[in-house]
Amino acid sequence: MTTAMTTANANEAAVAKYKNNFLKEVEATVEEGHWVKMCMQCGVCAGSCPFGPHWEHSPQKIFMMIRAGKREEVLKSDAMWMCTSCYNCMVRCPRQLPITHIMHGLANYSYRLGLSPKGQPNQAIAKLFWDSALKYGRVNELKFSLAMYFRDGFVQGVKNALAMQGVGLGLVKAGRLNPMEIISGHTCKDTSGIHKMIAKAREIEDRRRGLA
Amino acid sequence: MNAPANKFAAYICSGCGLGDVLKVAGLEKVAKTEGKMAVIKTHPFLCNAEGVKMIQDDIANDGVTHLCIAACSRRAKTEAFNFPTVAVARANLREGVTWIVAEGADHDEIRQEMAEDYVRMGCAEVKKLILPGGNKKESSSKKILVVGGGMSGLTAAQAAADAGYEVALVEKTGALGGFANQMWKRMPFNAPHAEAQPTGAAELAAQVSANPKIKVYLNSTVAETAGAPGRFAIKIAQESGSISEELCGAIVQASGFSTYPIEKLPELGGGQPNVTDQAGLEALAKAANGGPIKRADGKEIKSVVFVQCAGQRDDSGTHLPYCSGHCCGTSIKQAMYFKDQNPDIDTVVVYDDLRVPGMGEDFYRSAQTKGVIFTKGKTSKVTGGDSCNVTFKDLILDEENTVPADLVVLATGQVPNAGVELDDWNATVTAADNGDEAAKEKKTALQKISVLNMNYRQGPDIPQLKYGFADSHFICFPYETRRTGIYAAGPMRRPMDMHQATEDAVGATMKAIQAAENAALGRAAHPRAWDLSFPTARLEGCTQCKRCTVECPFGAIDEDERRFPLFNEERCRRCGTCMGACPVRVISFENYSCDTVGMQVKAVNVPEEDEEKPRILILACENDAYPALDMAGMQRLTYSAYVRVIPVRCLGSVNTIWITDALGAGYDGVMMMGCQKGENYQCHFVKGSEMAYYRLSKIGDTLKGMGLEPERMQTYEIAITDAARVAKLINEYVEQLNAMGPSPMKGFG
Repeated sequence: MTTAMTTANANEAAVAKYKNNFLKEVEATVEEGHWVKMCMQCGVCAGSCPFGPHWEHSPQKIFMMIRAGKREEVLKSDAMWMCTSCYNCMVRCPRQLPITHIMHGLANYSYRLGLSPKGQPNQAIAKLFWDSALKYGRVNELKFSLAMYFRDGFVQGVKNALAMQGVGLGLVKAGRLNPMEIISGHTCKDTSGIHKMIAKAREIEDRRRGLA
Repeated sequence: MNAPANKFAAYICSGCGLGDVLKVAGLEKVAKTEGKMAVIKTHPFLCNAEGVKMIQDDIANDGVTHLCIAACSRRAKTEAFNFPTVAVARANLREGVTWIVAEGADHDEIRQEMAEDYVRMGCAEVKKLILPGGNKKESSSKKILVVGGGMSGLTAAQAAADAGYEVALVEKTGALGGFANQMWKRMPFNAPHAEAQPTGAAELAAQVSANPKIKVYLNSTVAETAGAPGRFAIKIAQESGSISEELCGAIVQASGFSTYPIEKLPELGGGQPNVTDQAGLEALAKAANGGPIKRADGKEIKSVVFVQCAGQRDDSGTHLPYCSGHCCGTSIKQAMYFKDQNPDIDTVVVYDDLRVPGMGEDFYRSAQTKGVIFTKGKTSKVTGGDSCNVTFKDLILDEENTVPADLVVLATGQVPNAGVELDDWNATVTAADNGDEAAKEKKTALQKISVLNMNYRQGPDIPQLKYGFADSHFICFPYETRRTGIYAAGPMRRPMDMHQATEDAVGATMKAIQAAENAALGRAAHPRAWDLSFPTARLEGCTQCKRCTVECPFGAIDEDERRFPLFNEERCRRCGTCMGACPVRVISFENYSCDTVGMQVKAVNVPEEDEEKPRILILACENDAYPALDMAGMQRLTYSAYVRVIPVRCLGSVNTIWITDALGAGYDGVMMMGCQKGENYQCHFVKGSEMAYYRLSKIGDTLKGMGLEPERMQTYEIAITDAARVAKLINEYVEQLNAMGPSPMKGFG
């Protein structure tokens, strides 16, 4: 993932640009952010979320906090990282807000400003997944899972791997996992093409959202 | 009683399977030997053209004047059995007997007994019926009086004139338009419900003023309302002191509302600079005329907070307890005033529940699109001044917040201008008559508040239900007031916005036209609109107890100079509450009296004690309970064949003599079935069922005096949908009576 913009400077620039009017900032810079003002605070999303009790803030609260100008609290919240993309909220929203997409948009924005909670496990797995996909043009599952296991140090990594070895061997037997992938791993046909494509997409997006 | 020329005939139908399960010969015998009918005919299909022709021929050629039709319920086949020139009684053998008595030979005996009793009752009733002659007083006017020249009144006047009726419009102030004149714009009436619209009040006022059918009285009030539908004599007091008189057929009262005084809300900054109510903001917007809205001190407004439910929905008893319905939409509209002019102005609406009835949800969405911020919260404190502060609890984030603003708008509620509250009025008049000086002053003050200044015995204005709003049958007849021929429209009936008020005005006007037309035909207003009967009193028996005048739900009865009841037939709704109230039973209708029901009660054959067949009298309200019983029959539910049902116009018309007569004659029990009473009443005559329950609550002592258990008389609230319930209640009551044992009065009747 490009990390050029995840600096404190970008954060300060956004504050200055929107005169601390966080709703306007979200509208301009967050994917689907212009929907936030249309929330009617019915709470159906909060009641529908299977992860409801485990979040710091429900989508309903996040949207209210955005309107109340609570910039720091929203961008540092772990709420958007806890979303499992089940889309329950989105199909139920009577105002037809793309809630799941807004949550992902907020997560992305907070990460790029360097405000997202450090060490948040879902954030870490997302980053590993993205890095793997970007590097090979596809996800190397073996490397991806091993990277996950060893995220918290070598000893813990060995413990994690041993705990999961039954599952791993089963996958190998069934032909679902090739141990040789650890050495090279196959890639897509044109990795450099993928890299160029992603770079261009990022450039376009940054230009559109004024993040360049 | 009846003139010798009366000829009585019974027609028995054997169709719809009646002939299969009933012994028709037995019914004929009852009609002949006990009913003493001069003509008795049976027909296999009485309601077909041939059967009806048979009856018509007998009326035309044989001089038949009174019919007892023993067939289906009086609610069925009303078009076939419509014989307007003769008196008709209906014996209900189908819905009342064959459809509700269990099938099979085991029940043949009790089924036949039940049918024979209904024939006896029908014959007994028809002998006491007199064909109503109609109200002989000539109604002369169909002009519609509209009181109030706001949006409701203007719309009402225009609607009446469009329908071809003359209108007199009375407006207190010097200009038409009412509250709309103070407004910059109104909420949208039509799709796409996205933008505020011009009020259109000036155009409507000009249209009304120019209409040759409408006479407008400005700077005028109604000094006196006398008379009745078709002949309301209205005195209109003008500013000059002169009195104009108008004869009107019906009245639409559209006397509007006042805003709840903001001074009563000091905790929300009421009275402090730059804290205003919605009316105040309309004035600022009007002054800005589309430009930047400025405060009273001339400063341009950059941020504004709207506080919803200010002094409304208050359960502490200090302020208005109700929701005024329009204020959420009004705040949305007013926030748009700012956003449309300059999108950078901060507009925050702090609401508890955002209530936007009708298509208001689209309007709400439109405001959100424009960037108005809506915050769910409860405002606790507002301070005014150069920079106002609004402190509220955010109910989503569960925390206290304070936001600064250049201007704070309080959404205060609507207070109805329905006139004088009658209990207050009557207490004041009584005190004033007893020489209380303060009461005399209060009486004069109240007379100024009064809208209609009616000279009715019951007080100068229409009765109110709650919080000062006019009483009406909210679900079924919303525009009806409890004064016949006077219809309520707009926010004096219930809180509402302008769109609802204009719809209300058209509805009330249509009802007013109907009332004037009915009065001209000598007819009542609904729910007995076809009825030409009206109450009369044998004054030589009257004890001047005034119960009829007090209990009439519609204020139809005044007192004459000798303090006898004076009936205003056009005001009467034919419910018979006066008849039920009269302790000496001198009030009757031609086709409904103590005798028409009393003779039916007496006609029933009450078996001896050893036959172990109880008899239960059911007096059922014809509006809800009787249809519910009919529907029990249609659904082929079964209930006890020991009951005998008599429909009554309203439970309020039940005279206690019927109950004591029945129990004295050896009936084992009496079931009274009426509509729901109380605040959420369903009674079609508003107070009838309540009066009945009150009267019947006192009958226990009488029953004890007769040596009877009070449980032998029971009252029930029955809704029209209660078909299954009513059958169950009957069966339960019969079981209860069986457990109590037979009435000790048997054999003494």
